[in-house]
Amino acid sequence: MKNRLLWPLLALVALLLLNLVVTPSFFSLRVQDGHLYGGLVDVLKNGAPTLLIALGMTLVIATRGIDLSVGAVAAIAGAVACVHIGTSDSAGTAIVGMVLALALCALLGLWNGFLVAGLGIQPIIATLVLMTAGRGVAMLVTEGQIVTVNNTAYKQVGAGFVVLPTAILIALLVLGVVAFVTRRTALGMLIEAVGVNPEASRLAGVRSRTIIWTVYVFAAVCAGIAGLMISSNVSAADANNAGLWIEMDAILAVVIGGTSLAGGRYSLTGTLLGALIIQTLTTTVYTIGVAPEVTLVFKAVVVIAVCLVQAPKARAALSFRKVAVPS
Amino acid sequence: MTALSQRVPSRFLPVIATVVLFVLAFGAGSARYDGFASGQVIANLFIDNAFLIVLAAGMTFVILSGGIDLSVGSVVALSTMVTAAGLRAGWPVPLVVLAVLLIGSTLGLLMGIVIHKFDIQPFIVTLAGMFLARGLCFLISVESVSIKNSTFRDVATAAIELPGGVTITYNVVIALVVVAVAVYVLHRTRFGRTVYAVGGNESSALLMGLPTARTKVGVYVISGFCSALAGLLFSLYMLSGYGLHAVGMELDAIAAVVIGGTLLAGGVGYVLGGVVGVLVLGTIQTLISFQGTLSSWWTKIVIGVLLLVFIAVQRTMVRR
Repeated sequence: MKNRLLWPLLALVALLLLNLVVTPSFFSLRVQDGHLYGGLVDVLKNGAPTLLIALGMTLVIATRGIDLSVGAVAAIAGAVACVHIGTSDSAGTAIVGMVLALALCALLGLWNGFLVAGLGIQPIIATLVLMTAGRGVAMLVTEGQIVTVNNTAYKQVGAGFVVLPTAILIALLVLGVVAFVTRRTALGMLIEAVGVNPEASRLAGVRSRTIIWTVYVFAAVCAGIAGLMISSNVSAADANNAGLWIEMDAILAVVIGGTSLAGGRYSLTGTLLGALIIQTLTTTVYTIGVAPEVTLVFKAVVVIAVCLVQAPKARAALSFRKVAVPS
Repeated sequence: MTALSQRVPSRFLPVIATVVLFVLAFGAGSARYDGFASGQVIANLFIDNAFLIVLAAGMTFVILSGGIDLSVGSVVALSTMVTAAGLRAGWPVPLVVLAVLLIGSTLGLLMGIVIHKFDIQPFIVTLAGMFLARGLCFLISVESVSIKNSTFRDVATAAIELPGGVTITYNVVIALVVVAVAVYVLHRTRFGRTVYAVGGNESSALLMGLPTARTKVGVYVISGFCSALAGLLFSLYMLSGYGLHAVGMELDAIAAVVIGGTLLAGGVGYVLGGVVGVLVLGTIQTLISFQGTLSSWWTKIVIGVLLLVFIAVQRTMVRR
């Protein structure tokens, strides 16, 4: 366990140190109006949506699945909430809007679960359907416009503060709940069992289908919360660009964290590290002063490096060399 | 129906279903709108989707072998960028074309080698390729670069007259040549047969002594080459290079191939199916633009629904 997390941890520390060298004030924290500000807080705040989606993705991947539709689902959540809120500034409307959005997301998760567990379609393909159609649905909800809202309560979700930014607190709360529910009960083990062999787990009395169904719903709800955060942060719903490519970032975070795409085991701490690495990488690129779009190149390098380090074949080759050198 | 299914091998059924769908969609358009059923509308389907046809041809190879290539859209963008930047720097056209094709094929080769040698899922490796190619675009330039080269512009705007007053562009000719070559390679060469074998069952293919390694890497080289060529066609179509060109085009290509009846599990499918798949997507777009009152996002929803229907149909076929 410790061993597997060593590399991601080292990568994160290296990135943070690089930031410290470039901007010496990176680690400094200051309190202003009872709000905490600083480089690290920014990293956490901007990384919160990715972390949330990655948490849902971790459980999906643990069952040997994948969910490509989370970005589209996030866009739908933001669109539904913003359209419902409209020009209202009341907290009640905001809450109803958010509940509606999350309920719809749960429904979309049920749909994904139905395709995967009910019809037995490969997860990549099953969720590709919603990934393609979902943005269209989000556009349909917003009628192709960028819907802006001006609601104090809604703004709290993504841009608010309770000493720390609310987004961080929400993400950490979800992380805590998931960690508790899956690691303090048998649920985590059952999820892993389904990932190793769904048929064998079913024969052993595990309700594989229900578990698969549950993880897709959970992933969609996480995506929904992340979508609300993204849209609340800018007080607008952009059906085209909200959560664009966030599914890739989330998958990346999960993989960097040492959860194998082959399913059967997962690490929530790893996912946390993975999400932090991705966000720190993005922040680093900004602070170094390279065009932000070039982040993609660094991401590509990180993915390949991490995958190579984790791939059994590459590991075998490396350890072979280690043995070969002294002799 | 039974008589039909006895005469027609069941492996052709998905492709036939796609053709029927195309005919129905086109027929519905012809019945509803004046001027829909013209040769030029059909020609425009090819003109507007030439690059997608080339992409779908390359993607068919990858999917047949049981893999997937998410990098194609980004490689298209990178190709437009290299083309535009190269021409702006005053490189001769042949050199630019050569450089673009070489870059695309090399990227494909690298991804193929990583996938095969280290046994990492194609999904993740080509995802990295997707990030890399997009990032490289922005390394060249963050802004859109327009193409002013006169030779290039002449080729882009040249129209070829067909009988009946229908005109097509050189893009269409190139796309059709690619399709012909792809069909030949898949059905008339050892390599093509091995692609089907690897997609059907890799271990069996290996035990039969087929060169699985070479084939698995080869399909990604082909896909990379096709993406680069599609990128050239796209530069001719757009006359500019930009890092945000072709965002999500990999999904269109995959959707076209799936709608064309190719099994995502590998081993079953035809290049021509993918071409008809592209035509179906093109027809949907044309229908929506003819309708006028429907907004463009309906395209996405319809494509999603079609994907779903075809996947469900495939699923029942595989079960049988």
